[in-house]
Amino acid sequence: MGSLRALLGVTWRRPSARIGWLLLGAVLAAALVLPPILPDPAAQPDILSQANLPPGLGHPFGTDMLSRDVLSRVAWGARVSLSVAALAVVLSVTIGAAVGLVAGYAGGRTDAVLMRLVDAALAVPRLFILLLLLAVWERIPLAALIVILGTTGWFATSRLVRGEVLRLRGEDFVRGAEALGAGRRRVMFRHLLPNTLGPLLVAATLGVGEVILLEAGLSFLGLGIQPPTPSWGGMILDAKPVLVTAPWSSVFPGLAILVTVLAVNLVGDALSDALDPRSA
Amino acid sequence: MKRWLAGRVAQAVVTFALAAVLLFVLMRLAPGDPLGRLATQRPLTPDEVAVLRARYGLDQPLARQFTAWAGALLHGDLGTSIEYGRPVAGLIAERLPATLLLGGAVLLVNFTLGLWLGVQQAIRRGALVDRGLTVLSLAGYAMPSFWLGLVLAWLVGVRWRVLPPAGMSDPLLDPAAGLGARAADLLAHLALPALTLAVVSIAATMRYQRRAMLDVLGFPYIVAARAKGVPEGDVRWRHAWRNALFPVLTLFGLWLPILATGSVFVESVFAWPGLGSLAAEAVGTRDYPLLMGATLLVSALVVAGGLITDLAYAVLDPRVRFG
Repeated sequence: MGSLRALLGVTWRRPSARIGWLLLGAVLAAALVLPPILPDPAAQPDILSQANLPPGLGHPFGTDMLSRDVLSRVAWGARVSLSVAALAVVLSVTIGAAVGLVAGYAGGRTDAVLMRLVDAALAVPRLFILLLLLAVWERIPLAALIVILGTTGWFATSRLVRGEVLRLRGEDFVRGAEALGAGRRRVMFRHLLPNTLGPLLVAATLGVGEVILLEAGLSFLGLGIQPPTPSWGGMILDAKPVLVTAPWSSVFPGLAILVTVLAVNLVGDALSDALDPRSA
Repeated sequence: MKRWLAGRVAQAVVTFALAAVLLFVLMRLAPGDPLGRLATQRPLTPDEVAVLRARYGLDQPLARQFTAWAGALLHGDLGTSIEYGRPVAGLIAERLPATLLLGGAVLLVNFTLGLWLGVQQAIRRGALVDRGLTVLSLAGYAMPSFWLGLVLAWLVGVRWRVLPPAGMSDPLLDPAAGLGARAADLLAHLALPALTLAVVSIAATMRYQRRAMLDVLGFPYIVAARAKGVPEGDVRWRHAWRNALFPVLTLFGLWLPILATGSVFVESVFAWPGLGSLAAEAVGTRDYPLLMGATLLVSALVVAGGLITDLAYAVLDPRVRFG
């Protein structure tokens, strides 16, 4: 794990990645601290007189068409979007690592079959798989959404891990372990997996950004996180009819997505450069 | 070469066939069946839904459903749209040109401005320009395309009234207008959706070009050219860039999924009558045959894009053919 700490240190020393860490920290802090001290995100104090208020003292981000506080909904949306993305990515990286390990280490027919299937899955853009899967639900439960996002995101990761495993398989430390009588499972999990953690970390970081964008897009189409749970994409969908008269109710959730995804990608970018110094 | 070519084409066909089977399985794995949600949006009685189920063969055993579906697919029959009551293939064919026009425009921006910016970054590696452009392009990449589209439609289209915020042509345009006026109208409508998609996708092109250019600039022949006293401009563009253009080809294959995904959102926001807005519509009306048809076409394009990329590589680089 020492190398992991060194990796994070490298990203901190790089200005663009440091901006990423700081932005990410700000978003996380806002998601943790703000919701309890802000008005209830579902409260509709007065639809007649307090709807579509521009940003001001009482409501820093204004209010939406139902008189709900936009800042409060953005902060709650951060909790929802970040946890959905984190859980989905943990799931997809785990599956991707497992499939990649098995395919790379088993080789032969197992590898050929798994990789043909992954190729086929990669031929369908992830959004379209999600649209087909989600359109049958009337109101999708949050847990099901997370599982669906997680199980559609591992294809590229499995290729990545497989490639690493193929490279490592012939190395002396792996052959040594095999010669000493280590079983397949031990070789895979104790010797091969730890050496793929770097690329996995990059894939996970970039995956978080991707899932946040996908989830926002799905919620914007009405297929993702269901109201009244606040979500950034859902807020932009709700605010569409008042885009011209009350732009703040769609501009701020969009900015929240932009800042969060940018932060995650700046960090991911620096991580991948740190692992492959050629590109820095 | 012939064997390599035949093998690569066969691989593409197998990939697409597998993708089609996966999609079919996916549809049947999902809870409920494709028509289960129809009655929630339309005034349909259970009996009417049963008739529809029979018409779409959903009352048949799964294996028979699959053979019927696959057989029709082989004949280019993508089924009948529930919402339109017309063959899906025809609907898609009507919408495809608008998407190709939009995609072509975005591709043009990416492969001119995007490549140029990537080269600029590489020759100023580590400088403020390089790092600034990296952050800017990543910011574009981090924007939800539907949000950027809405903001642009609001600011540029409604507030400043510079460009039309929606549609593909001005309904008030004189039908007798000349070709020039019609083309200008089309370009004006194309501008905002193309800009939106270009902003969210240009980062990929820039980063690929930057990386490829950096790799090439490190080769000994560049040092040799400089040592010979070749002017720096010639070294960059004639010696380095020619070879750095090559890896960017790979991008073409990566590019189609990004474009297809983006067009679903951007076309709906700008009411651009293409394949993307058709797919978004199909989601809204739970028109499964239509959504499936659009997905199959996009997958076919992705597989074909990968194949074309590989073929281009083989033509340009003998090492691929004989290696």
